[in-house]
Amino acid sequence: MSNATVVVVTSGKGGVGKTTSTAALASALAKEGYQVCAIDFDVGLRNLDLIMGAERRVVFDLVNVVRGEASIKQALVRDKKLNNLYLLPASQTRDKDALTEEGVASVISELRMYFDWIICDSPAGIERGATLAMRYADEAIIVSNPEVSSVRDCDRIIGLLDAKTKVAEDGGRMPKHLLITRYDTDRAKTGDMLATDDVVDILSVPLIGVVPESKDVLKASNVGLPVTLSDETSPASRAYTEATRRLLGENIPVTIPEEKKGFFGKIFKGRAA
Amino acid sequence: MNILSLFGKRGQSASVAKNRLQILLAHERAADGSDAVLISNLREDILAVVAKRIAIDPDSVRLEMDRSGDVTTLGIDIELPPTARAS
Repeated sequence: MSNATVVVVTSGKGGVGKTTSTAALASALAKEGYQVCAIDFDVGLRNLDLIMGAERRVVFDLVNVVRGEASIKQALVRDKKLNNLYLLPASQTRDKDALTEEGVASVISELRMYFDWIICDSPAGIERGATLAMRYADEAIIVSNPEVSSVRDCDRIIGLLDAKTKVAEDGGRMPKHLLITRYDTDRAKTGDMLATDDVVDILSVPLIGVVPESKDVLKASNVGLPVTLSDETSPASRAYTEATRRLLGENIPVTIPEEKKGFFGKIFKGRAA
Repeated sequence: MNILSLFGKRGQSASVAKNRLQILLAHERAADGSDAVLISNLREDILAVVAKRIAIDPDSVRLEMDRSGDVTTLGIDIELPPTARAS
């Protein structure tokens, strides 16, 4: 039996950073030397290939594999920088109904034989694509922005993780980790943004990391590199690296990495709020 | 921290957000929201029936809907006043 861990990165709401987080965490795990596969479940609206800079090398996709039109090995795209990191892209032309439960089950169980970590990038919403992405997961990373609609949707997703997954149906409890993204420490301090403790209180899920709002995330996606590979010193990159260490079981306190600022920068921060 | 914020008024919107979320999610978690309405209606109906025979405190009636696996159970808990006897 394999020791692979299947992790679903999910949130309910769109645009909170699931794909960015999937790419960043998968790359950080690969940098640690693990065999890692990232799967894009967003059939019809794939983007993980673009964020990982693999869009021109996609030949076959998840739907082809599920329907038996290609083998998993044909469909896997190897990362251009890390040779132990692979992407299983979603199909761009089909819709989410092209995925079947049995098909996904067999893809995941085959991937478990080749990889240590399988990171499933869930589509937004609570429909078929999202429920299939979480269906065979061993653990879940719940991505939330410190913002009311995102937190509410996460609560809904937590309910699904506890009801519609294989782990839950077998009587187990899905281990969950909360990843807060686009965090602005200053606004939280002045009481104009939900603080990390508020979100943890409301959702009752332990925190795995806090990724600060950072310009480096957009820069990294512009050039098709996960932020953990493009700029290791950036606050977002450090936050993802920390979260990865916690995912690997290290017991380290959660910090909120900040931009390094000079003395004057700290006092007179001309920040557009 | 911005030096100006030391003199300015502290924002309160985050605590408003937290409050709203906690109230909202308490309702939504009561299994789906539609169940919350059902339970509240059932509670009133049951209260009316029991109150015909026994004087009860409306606050001493508790309804719970519980789901485990495929089974959903409805639990009704009514605390009777010490003197209650069907007459």
